[in-house]
Amino acid sequence: MSLISVKNLSVAYGANTVLRNVALHLDPGEIVTIVGPNGSGKTSLLRAIIGATALASGEITLQSGLKIGYVPQRLHIDPTLPITVERFMRLSNRESKAACKSALEAAGVPDLLKRQMSQLSGGQFQRVMLARALINRPDVLLLDEATQGLDQPGSAAFYQQIDAVRQDTGCAVLMISHELHVVMSASDRVICLNGHVCCEGAPAVVASAPEYRALFGTGTGGALALYRHDHDHDHDHDHDHDHDHNHSHAHSHEAAE
Amino acid sequence: MLDDFMTRAMLAGVGVAFAAAPLGCFVVWRRMAYFGDATAHAAILGVALSLALEVSVFAGAMAVALMMALTVTLLAGRGYAMDTLLGVLAHSALAFGLVAVSFLSGVRIDLMAYLFGDILAVSRTDLMVIWGGAALVVAMILWRWSALLTSTLNEELAYASGLNPKREQLILTVSLAIVVAVAIKVVGVLLIAALLIIPAAAARGLARTPEAMAVIAAAIGTISAIAGLQGAYIFDTPAGPSIVCVAAVLFAALNIIGWRSKSSA
Repeated sequence: MSLISVKNLSVAYGANTVLRNVALHLDPGEIVTIVGPNGSGKTSLLRAIIGATALASGEITLQSGLKIGYVPQRLHIDPTLPITVERFMRLSNRESKAACKSALEAAGVPDLLKRQMSQLSGGQFQRVMLARALINRPDVLLLDEATQGLDQPGSAAFYQQIDAVRQDTGCAVLMISHELHVVMSASDRVICLNGHVCCEGAPAVVASAPEYRALFGTGTGGALALYRHDHDHDHDHDHDHDHDHNHSHAHSHEAAE
Repeated sequence: MLDDFMTRAMLAGVGVAFAAAPLGCFVVWRRMAYFGDATAHAAILGVALSLALEVSVFAGAMAVALMMALTVTLLAGRGYAMDTLLGVLAHSALAFGLVAVSFLSGVRIDLMAYLFGDILAVSRTDLMVIWGGAALVVAMILWRWSALLTSTLNEELAYASGLNPKREQLILTVSLAIVVAVAIKVVGVLLIAALLIIPAAAARGLARTPEAMAVIAAAIGTISAIAGLQGAYIFDTPAGPSIVCVAAVLFAALNIIGWRSKSSA
């Protein structure tokens, strides 16, 4: 049975439908990456899975007793809030100090326990977030663009750490990433999202799919697509039609107000 | 012991300082300073209404403060920026409150007492209400402490931990309304936000954990209340503003000491 199973999921903010009929499943031990342009609903999908967003329709089934470790997108801690790494890691669990230490070791930052969160570098901060997610030995790790703000060697090292964690603990990983070259080498499956699931499968299969190429460019295997912001694709006429429909709907809604 | 008006005043000041300290930390961390100010200003409308309807000033102020806070929370993110929304609602409520007071021709009320507090006139009943309200606020914040902190750090992190950040926000909103209501008698509606923010801000440089910051803020608030009242007695100055002045001096002194020790290190 899948750890997470999503069926016919739609999510809307007011009149704006950001996800439509999305289906996905995550099986034990696999690394699945969601890619897609800005505004394609990647974060909304993850928010729906953790219960932070109401569903317009469809269902999300989590295996009973499933433990989720969540690593959010660029978390900002207000400088007026003093908090040590240790206190932060033990905020919403009853784990021991030893558990904190071993989680930090697993995340590759063993000596930070007494440091202030505000004094950490970007890379250290994200590894502490990872350690916090690992502390209660989750079955699933959810990562929302966890390497945003890290330089290329930093994010490559971070994803290697994720892979090492997966091999040590056997937990499954569902992550969002912009870094296509990393994604392609580190994932078992890739899901290409743009309001709906455009295509999915093994990295090599997705990279050669026409839908993926329409979104992320051709010829470079996706590596340069990151810098293109090529949103006005026309690979899917139905899809563009939906967009037009949404726009007119939004306008009439505003006019009614 | 409670026959002495100075003793009652000090107990009232310390009670408010205890509740304001942990709540004030969250106000600072979540950048709700103006939100606190707006809620406090709205309370003057509550005072006017409760005098007109002849109900308890405490209940009236708390009800209006709570309505104000909930209205702001509901309207936030619907067209206007938060500070614009607060500016409109806070000053409107203050103005309507002042106008409403002028209609109360039957009773002569001392407006200054509600704007700047009247801590020297605290009765035994007031004292019970202040300590009851303060105890309730401290108990609620202690009960939800970890959940409140997690929600303050990051909303998604809270959801992923099985918490509901909206519920935690509601707890802070209710606590804020209670503190506003019990603090009116002590410092008045115009200076309540100072009692929330200044001790917490002054404690920041001395603390390494959130818990330490709340405890130090409570200590700074208590010292301010006691020293401010003593000062007011000696120099014959208004009591509420004197308390806030001591807190402000402590804030400045702690910052200068922190700045010097950092630059010499």
